[in-house]
Formats: sequence, C-alpha cells, structure tokens
Amino acid sequence: MLKAFGRGGFALKNFSQQAEDLRGTEIEKARAIAGIWLWLLMVPDVAFALCLVAGVWLAAQGELSVGGLVAFFATATVLRWPVESIGFLLSMTFDARTATDRYFDVLDAPNSITDPDRPVTLAAPPGRLAFEDVHFRYPDSPARFPDLLDGVNLVLQPGETMALVGLTGSGKSTLTALTTRLYDVTQGKVTLDGVDVRAFGREDLRGHLAMAFEDATLFSASVRDNVLLGRPEFAERSAAADAALEEALQVAQAGFVRDLPDGVDTLVGEEGMSLSGGQRQRIALARAVAAKPAVLVLDDPLSALDVDTESLVEAALREVLASTTALIVAHRPSTVTLADRVALLEDGRITAVGRHSELLRTNEHYRFVISSLEDEERRDATRQNAREEAAR
Amino acid sequence: MSVIGVEGEERNNFTTAESKQIRARSLRLLGSLLRPVRWRVTAAMLIVVLSTAAQVAGPALIAYGIDRGLPALLAQDWLPLAATGGVYLITGVIGAILIAWYTMMSARISQAVLIDLRKRVFLQTQRLSLEFHESYTSGRIISRQTSDLDAIRELLDSGINQLVQGLLYMAFTAIALVTLDGISGLVLLGSLVPLFALTRWFQVRSQTLFRRSRTASASLIVKFVETMTGIRAVKAFRAEKRNEEVFGGLVEDYRKVNGRVIQLFGIFDPGLILIGNVAVAVVLLLGGFRVVDGQLAIGALLAALLYTRRFFDPMEEMAMFYNSYQSAAAALEKISGVLEELPGVPDPTAPVDLWEARGALTFTGVRFEYQSDRVVLPTFDLAIPAGQTIALVGSTGAGKSTLAKLMARFYDPTDGQVSLDGVDLRRLHPKDLRRAIVMVTQEAYLFSGSVADNIAIGKPDASPAEIVAAAKAVGAHEFIENLPGGYDTDVNKRGGRVSAGQRQLISFARAFLANPAVLILDEATSSLDIPSERLVQQALQTLLADRTAVIIAHRLSTVAIADRVLVMEHGIIVEDGAPDDLIDGTGRFAQLHAAWRESLV
Repeated sequence: MLKAFGRGGFALKNFSQQAEDLRGTEIEKARAIAGIWLWLLMVPDVAFALCLVAGVWLAAQGELSVGGLVAFFATATVLRWPVESIGFLLSMTFDARTATDRYFDVLDAPNSITDPDRPVTLAAPPGRLAFEDVHFRYPDSPARFPDLLDGVNLVLQPGETMALVGLTGSGKSTLTALTTRLYDVTQGKVTLDGVDVRAFGREDLRGHLAMAFEDATLFSASVRDNVLLGRPEFAERSAAADAALEEALQVAQAGFVRDLPDGVDTLVGEEGMSLSGGQRQRIALARAVAAKPAVLVLDDPLSALDVDTESLVEAALREVLASTTALIVAHRPSTVTLADRVALLEDGRITAVGRHSELLRTNEHYRFVISSLEDEERRDATRQNAREEAAR
Repeated sequence: MSVIGVEGEERNNFTTAESKQIRARSLRLLGSLLRPVRWRVTAAMLIVVLSTAAQVAGPALIAYGIDRGLPALLAQDWLPLAATGGVYLITGVIGAILIAWYTMMSARISQAVLIDLRKRVFLQTQRLSLEFHESYTSGRIISRQTSDLDAIRELLDSGINQLVQGLLYMAFTAIALVTLDGISGLVLLGSLVPLFALTRWFQVRSQTLFRRSRTASASLIVKFVETMTGIRAVKAFRAEKRNEEVFGGLVEDYRKVNGRVIQLFGIFDPGLILIGNVAVAVVLLLGGFRVVDGQLAIGALLAALLYTRRFFDPMEEMAMFYNSYQSAAAALEKISGVLEELPGVPDPTAPVDLWEARGALTFTGVRFEYQSDRVVLPTFDLAIPAGQTIALVGSTGAGKSTLAKLMARFYDPTDGQVSLDGVDLRRLHPKDLRRAIVMVTQEAYLFSGSVADNIAIGKPDASPAEIVAAAKAVGAHEFIENLPGGYDTDVNKRGGRVSAGQRQLISFARAFLANPAVLILDEATSSLDIPSERLVQQALQTLLADRTAVIIAHRLSTVAIADRVLVMEHGIIVEDGAPDDLIDGTGRFAQLHAAWRESLV
C-alpha cells in the first residue's frame, strides 16, 4: 500500500521518530541504572575506606586485635555482593509489580458474555432464528448517537434464506455478530427456536450457528484444519472427515487448493502460503459450510469473487441453503437472489421484508440501496419516454 | 554452493563453507554498524579499564593500611594510614563514577547501533519488491524488527558489558594477587582448571537448552498473536477449547525447557561456589602458616583472601554471555540475510525526471514470469494512449492484477519494457513514478493515525479543506462525519470501527487527493455497497476524464465508464475493443456481459 503511493519517505520519517522515542526511553533507563550503580559501588567503597582508617586506628589503640580487623574485612567483603544485588532485586521487584498489575488487569477484566448457570440444550434445532426488539450500541459510542440497532424485529423460519440489505455502516455485520453472541444485545433478545441465545451454553450455541466473515481470517494450519475448524470430531483423519472436507470445498468452489504445493495439507495463514482475498474468502466459506450448522450466517461472503466463480458458488450454495436457515449480508443483487426473502436494515430497524422483486417495486430506499446504476438509467430513460409520450 | 539473502533461513544443515559465508556476512554487518561509533567504543574501553583497576585496588589498599599504616601509627606517624584511607576513598568514588559513566556510554553506543540497524531493516523492507513480501510474511519481518533486534540489544547492553567488565576484573584481580603473593596466585591459577571444565560443561549444555527455550517461546507468541487476531473466527467456530489444549501444550514445553535450564544453574552455581570456597580455604591454609612463620604480612593474607573470593564473582554472568552471544549471532545472521536481499525492483542509478506526466503507457515485447517455469504473461505488446480509460476483464488468475502491477512497477517485466510517456519505468525517478501512477487495491489498508492522515498520504501537504473536498468527491464525507471523532478519529483505536467498504472509500479519497496521471483500480469497489459505488462511479467519471485509468473489476457495472475493454485469459489479452462493440459481438465479453445482465434480475 505504501508502495502504491510512493510515500516510503513519509513512513520512514514516522518510523524514525518512533525509533528515536524508543532510544530516548532506553537512554533514560540507562541513566537510572547508571545512577543506581554509582551509589551501589560508591557507598561500600567509602564505607570500606572509613572502616580501614577507623579499624587500624582502633588496632593501634589496642582496642581491636589485628586478627579481628582481618576477620572484619573478610566478613564485610562477603556482604558486598548481597548489597550490590539488592538494588537490582529492588528494581526487578518494581518491574515485576507493574507486570503483575497489568496481568491482573487483563485477568480481572469481566467477561460480559458468559454461559448461563443452567444452559438449555437442543438436540437438533430446526433453526428458527428471531430478533425481538433488538437494541445494540457499542459501549464506547458517544451518547449523542442513537443506538446502532434500534429495535430490530425479524423472524427467519426454519430452512429459510434471508438476505440482509442496508447501507455501509447501517449495522448489518453487527446484527450478524449478535446471533452467535460475539456481542450481546443491550436490549431485547435474539432467539433460536424460541430460546434466548443467552440461555444456551456458548459452545453449544456456536455449534448450531456457523459464520463466514467478509474479512476472512485463516489460521496458520493446513487448509484441511482451517476448513474443518468447526468440526472437532474430524480432528483425526478419517473417510468421513475427507468427505466433509471435499463437500465443503466443492460448495465454496475452492478446488484451487488441490493445486497448492501440498494440496489440502498446504500450510496457509500468517506462517504459510499467501492466498488472494478471493481464495481466502472461499476457504472461509467452506469452513462455515463444513460446520453443518442449523443456521448459517454469512457476512458478504462473496465480495472478493469474480462473476464466474460467484455464480458457481451460488449454484452450489443453493443446495446447502435449501435445507439450512441462513442469514446473508448482501451488497449485490446477485447475492440477494440466493435468498427467499430480503430484509432491509435502515436507521437501526428493519423497515421492510419481502421478496427482492417486490421490494424493488415498492420500496424507494431498497431501490436506492440495491439497484445498480444502469438500472436507474434504464428507469430514467423509461420515465423520460413515458413523459415524452404523455406530452405528445 | 552459496547462500544469498534470506534463502536457507529455515535450514539448519549448512556446509562449512556456507556457515563461514554467513558468519562473514554477519561480521561485515557488525563491522559496518560499529564503524561510525568506533571512537566512542575506544573511549568506553579506556573508561572500563580504569574503573576496573580502581575497583581492584581496594584489597591491596587494605593490606597496605594494615601492614604499613598500623606499625606507622604505633610509631605516632598517622600519615601512611591517612594517605591509604584517602586513596581508598578517592579510588572508590572515581571507580563508581567511571562505572556509571561507562554504563551511560555503552547504552548510548548500543542505542546508536540499534537505531542504525532498525532504520536499515526498515528501509530495506520498503525497498524490497512485492514479490519478496509475498513469500516472506509480515510476521517474519516483524520478528526481524522485534525479537531479533532485541537479542542484539541484549548482547550490546548487558552481554558485552558483563564480558568486558568480568574479564578485566578477573585479569586485574589475578595480576594483583600474583604481585601481592605468588603462592596464593598459584592456588588461584590451579583453581582455573576445574573452573574452566565446569564452565565449558555449562556452555555446551546450556547452548542447546537455550536454543530450545527460544524456539518454544517463539511458537508460544505466534500461537497467541494468531489467536488474538482471529478471535472472531476462533469464537464463532468454538476453537477455544482446542486452542487452550494446543497453547497448554506449548506452555508446558516452555516450562519444561526452562525447568531444565534452572536445573543446569542448580549444578553450575553451587559448583562455582565450591571451587571458590576451596580456593579460599587453600589460600588461607597456606597463607596462615606463612603468617605464623613470619613470611607473609597479615594484611597481605587478608588481601589475598579478598582477591580470591572476589575472583569468582563475575563467573556466572560470563558463562551467560555465551548464550546471549549465541542468540544475537543467530539474529544477526537472519538480519544480515534480509539486508543482503537485492531489491527485485531496484532504484535506477541515473534516474530520469518526468515533471509533467501525460500518462501514455506502452508495453513493448513484455513477458513476465515468477519463476522460470511459471510464465504468467507470455510476450505481448500493448499501447494505452494518455487519457484513455481501460477496463481489464477476466476470471481470477487470468493475470489482470499482474498486468496492473507491472504498470505500477511493483514488478519488473522478465523481458521487454514498460514505459510511461516513452520513458522506461526502470529509468524513471521513483518519486516521479509514484506521483504519476497510483494504484488503489482491493485490500484497502489503513495506517495507524487519523482518518485525515490516511487520506493525506496521497498528498502530505494537503490542507484540511482539500482533504474534506476529496472525501466529499468520493462520498466518504458523510460517514466520516459520523465517526466519534470525525476526521480526527484514530482508525486503529476502539471506536474507530471502519468497515471494509468504508476503508475502500477512504483509499479512494486518498487516490483522488493524490491526483495522478495514471490511476489503476484493482477491484477497488468490491466491498462498497451500491449507493457508495454509484457515488464513486460518478466521482470516477470526473476523476478519470482527463487521465489514463485502468480498472480491474469483477463486476461489470464498472466497465460502463470505460473507453476500451481488454479481456484476459491465461495471461493473454484475447479481446480488445470498445465496450459496445464487444457486447454486440459474440466473444467472451459478450457472454460475460449477458450473464451479468441476467444476474441483475
């Protein structure tokens, strides 16, 4: 990115500044250590010099034997080392105290998202997902802003695919994060088959719902492990695991992994092969599909794919979606067509739910959000024609 | 066989010649780092010699005080005692001051060296081609800048200090002891034999253990960082438990290896004390008899005892030096490897200036391949006149991005040349090149800093009004105003939540402000919602009117504003023409376009 703008010098200046700051701190630290050394070395030597004069004087007076004097110095020398190290032990103690404080800061941070005392379990939830008067605001958002989600009501019937459409920043991604309790609602509730998601154990809940994010994170592990992340039972290789892996890769059109140096065992992520955005997205999608959840939550999962691949993925996804409840955040008409119904998120609420064609016809805001430039031009042209005709 | 650059970093089985070559490379680097500070290093050496001498003087002065001062005082002559006391006081104070001074000085030297090295690594990292960065992940670059530099700092800061001070201290102590009393000196020399054996044993054992400890802590950190950066996916896929297990295993490994290190010290430390105590006992025994016989002054015996005891003090730290040296040497080897990498896109030796670029791009006989066996773009010619808007279309892997990267000189062609207004990009001054050609990519990356800073990267001297105007032009103004701190919102801080689409808008504003002659958009609108895309496209129409533009898009909506469409397949441009002509034809683009129209419903 920096290369693209040729601002390497700008970055270097920033970096140099930070490096200089660090140097300043280090020198400051060295100064403090030098100060400690100064006193730790000077004080014993001064004391020794004084003791020497005093001891010899006392010995001359006959109040101290020469043997006693020798014993004194031999003992005092033994003490030197502990005295010298005590200063360092002290400064180490201070360091350790700061570290301990920070450690406990982290450890004591309350986890606001916790398991209930008596979690509800569902063996095979059909997958009815409902948002009931859901409110949400980020804890650090300024008071002058209204809640990001301001009373969302939406019901997904079992097996239904719902597209979620709205402007950038309207809270679509946040709404999806509420389903698996990456965040908790501030008011209202999200329910899965009638049970508040907060009543499930998180482990259990996240087994029922699987997500794919628009920024696809892969871990430093093989493609296989990344895809089967949501299936702990497939941690060991088995025929069933291979089948699940194949199926998920097939749906996500991620066949390219077979051309990687070690196929599905190629290491990806930070420590492995670097993949393109579209490739990462497809693996992340395969991961969500492989989890075989009751509810699939996809946050703009196809944004980095080209038209051809996108339509192939859509065709494969359709089969999966036929039997799975799904909430799909969509930016594109093509993604919207995957859905049975579309929900429009506007000003923190669901303002319209319906079929794509229906909303296109009836809802001005929906048209604004989803219809493409050309469509608009076409409409303008039609309107123009109509007007001209009317004038005639 | 020779090893160049970062190649072979993960290997452990170097031949002797290779190891020698790598070591020579590290030493050259170290030499070049120390050259600018060589006078300060010399001065520091002098100071440490003086201060150690002052420290070692103590016991000899005590001996003198007892052996000479006491009889003199008995003869009513207080002068020798007072002089001894005075000298002791002065050497003590001066010794302490010198040590403090030396501590400061060595910190300054090591910081100067480190800052030099940091900048070199940073500059080099920027200079290296994208190709290098694609295989050498950012994690590795980061560990070069952090943990490896830390190892070198450790060595410079405390390792060398301890070694130099310890060696000098032991040498001076031994000299003082030998001068004072030859027999005690012999005892001390005799104790060196078991001392050497013990230290050698410790070094050999600790070297392997410390290496394992470093590896264990490195994998611990990697696992931790990766889990934290991917925390959403970790939680959503219930990987917490498995992560805990893996992490628990790593922590356990780390604990075990550290436990063994401590065991090693459990043998080494008492061993040192044992040798020291035996030496003191022998010196006392031999000296005591001679004092009784009158062959040795009592003060001299005391001094001999003090010297013998002190002799062993720095031993443990010196044995540790070897370890910090080992890790620093390993770090230096890796860093010197990075620094040795030749930039794949080198700066021109005699750069040609191009003050006003018109924006005509020409590819002449260009061929591009990553490795010699993987041709990405077979030989082709292409001319893009100034001011033309080109749409590059084709499926993933067709070579669109590679073509774009050749235009922006992120890569150099394997054969042939790419030129801007008739000047080969390789001869163009880097500043002019980056000013004239700007690329906006799919992965819109934001730097730490405010939103305004991020837009202003396109033109660092831009006024706030210009920044706002740029944001308005691409339709980013509204959402920026709604961020908690408006244009001053820190994009990396909490509260600065910026979605992928918003990041792209910011990078568009950045490009708008930069106002280049050639603008390359690689999937730059993929994360935008349609209204934003519409705004961006309107902005593009004015923005692209008088400049050369290359647009890569998966979505054909962008193609509408192009003057000319290039369809690529397997690295070859298969169709080239005006969009309307191509749509009316029967080629690949006509098919794509039909499919796309269908998808719009």
